[in-house]
Amino acid sequence: LAAMARPAAAAEGDLKPNSWEEITSYNNYYEFGTGKEDPAQNAHVLTTKPWSVKIDGMVDNPGDYAFEDIMSKMTVEERIYRFRCVEAWSMVVPWNGFELADLLNMAGVQSGAKYVAFETLYRPAEMPGTAYKVLEWPYREGLRLDEAMHPLTLMATGIYGKPIPNQNGAPLRLVVPWKYGFKSIKSIVRITLTDKEPPTSWNMANRREYGFYSNVNPNVSHPRWSQANERRLGGGLFASRKPTLMFNGYEKEVAGLYEGMDLAKFF
Amino acid sequence: MIDQLNQVLRRCPVWVLYLVGAVYPAWLLYLGLTGGLGVDPVKALEHEMGERALQLLVLGLAVTPLRQRVGVNLMKFRRAIGVITFFYVVLHLLVWLVLDVQILGQIWADILKRPYITIGMAGFLVLLPLAITSNNWSVRKLGRRWRILHKAVYGAALLGGVHFVMLVKGFQIEPLIYLGVIVLLLILRLPVRRSSPQRA
Repeated sequence: LAAMARPAAAAEGDLKPNSWEEITSYNNYYEFGTGKEDPAQNAHVLTTKPWSVKIDGMVDNPGDYAFEDIMSKMTVEERIYRFRCVEAWSMVVPWNGFELADLLNMAGVQSGAKYVAFETLYRPAEMPGTAYKVLEWPYREGLRLDEAMHPLTLMATGIYGKPIPNQNGAPLRLVVPWKYGFKSIKSIVRITLTDKEPPTSWNMANRREYGFYSNVNPNVSHPRWSQANERRLGGGLFASRKPTLMFNGYEKEVAGLYEGMDLAKFF
Repeated sequence: MIDQLNQVLRRCPVWVLYLVGAVYPAWLLYLGLTGGLGVDPVKALEHEMGERALQLLVLGLAVTPLRQRVGVNLMKFRRAIGVITFFYVVLHLLVWLVLDVQILGQIWADILKRPYITIGMAGFLVLLPLAITSNNWSVRKLGRRWRILHKAVYGAALLGGVHFVMLVKGFQIEPLIYLGVIVLLLILRLPVRRSSPQRA
């Protein structure tokens, strides 16, 4: 299944990755400031060693998993994915990581679990942006279990074969390529399996603008930004907009997850 | 010290301000073309012109209180400040139209459907007649009505401040500070208690 994910995505022919410089100097990571350059400037003070991820809730093997122990059991591969921000810009990122499904299977998902909740580290001493309540900290995200188990859903630990920089969500972050970027939660410290739809940060901040699903969808307009097209960064001042693809170009792989759902209602 | 500042200001010709106001966007454009504005030069240019316009609006509103309460006299620069403000608002709008949104149909939809853009556009429209009448001929021609017309800048400043507050995501301090300063500068104008101009 993992093998199928790549050719399908690469077949589009528009997957020339952005440069390391672009990917690592233009980030939304509000714990380090709301400016796009703030994370690259401020995140170097973040301590990522030691790091552990608490996996709890409806799992057979709950506990604190050391990052090194997780890595020793996972198979890291490269995935070149489109990355589409809800602000209507996009990049292409060559991630390195493992499938979230593998991690969840290691923890042993119990049969009643329906959702996965994620939390970002909240460490004010190292995160100047948390001095302001831009959002309710810690940053929270969530997926439906079938979305989480989908072979496209990645836990990224690297970019261009190098360890993922702090501003991009070190040491491990989620990447859900068919959803708006804010779903791809950074610097994860906790993963909870649950039977209820978990609260998510942007939805808590503004229910009308950010839904739980937040699938990339050019047909569902956002109150702030048209989502019909996007600016692929890296093209300079005069780059033209390109149309946004349904599910960010991963329709073939993921449309089945939402069969029968009104995507304008469950946006 | 204020006297010295006023002396420097008196000696500084107004055209210097116009020159700086014109060179700055050209410099930014040069930076944008040569990779000096970062990963997203379109947004950088758009934000820079918008924020500078807002700062100039604040400066323009501060001219009278600065003279009355602090004694600093920027009066002779007030028209230039206003004209450059409008120039930057136009550039902000043009960057948004031509480099950012690009698609005409979508521009109209954005103006109607997205409240922060509706408000920003309203601010531009309020400033338009003020820019057109920023010349001696209009001042003479309109007489008393010119002063009344140009009080519309209060509304434009509020619209600009609200535009900024509405466009940011989450709860952010910076745009609230701008709006707060604008509101404060307007409150200073309320004719509750007439303060004597010579108070400082």
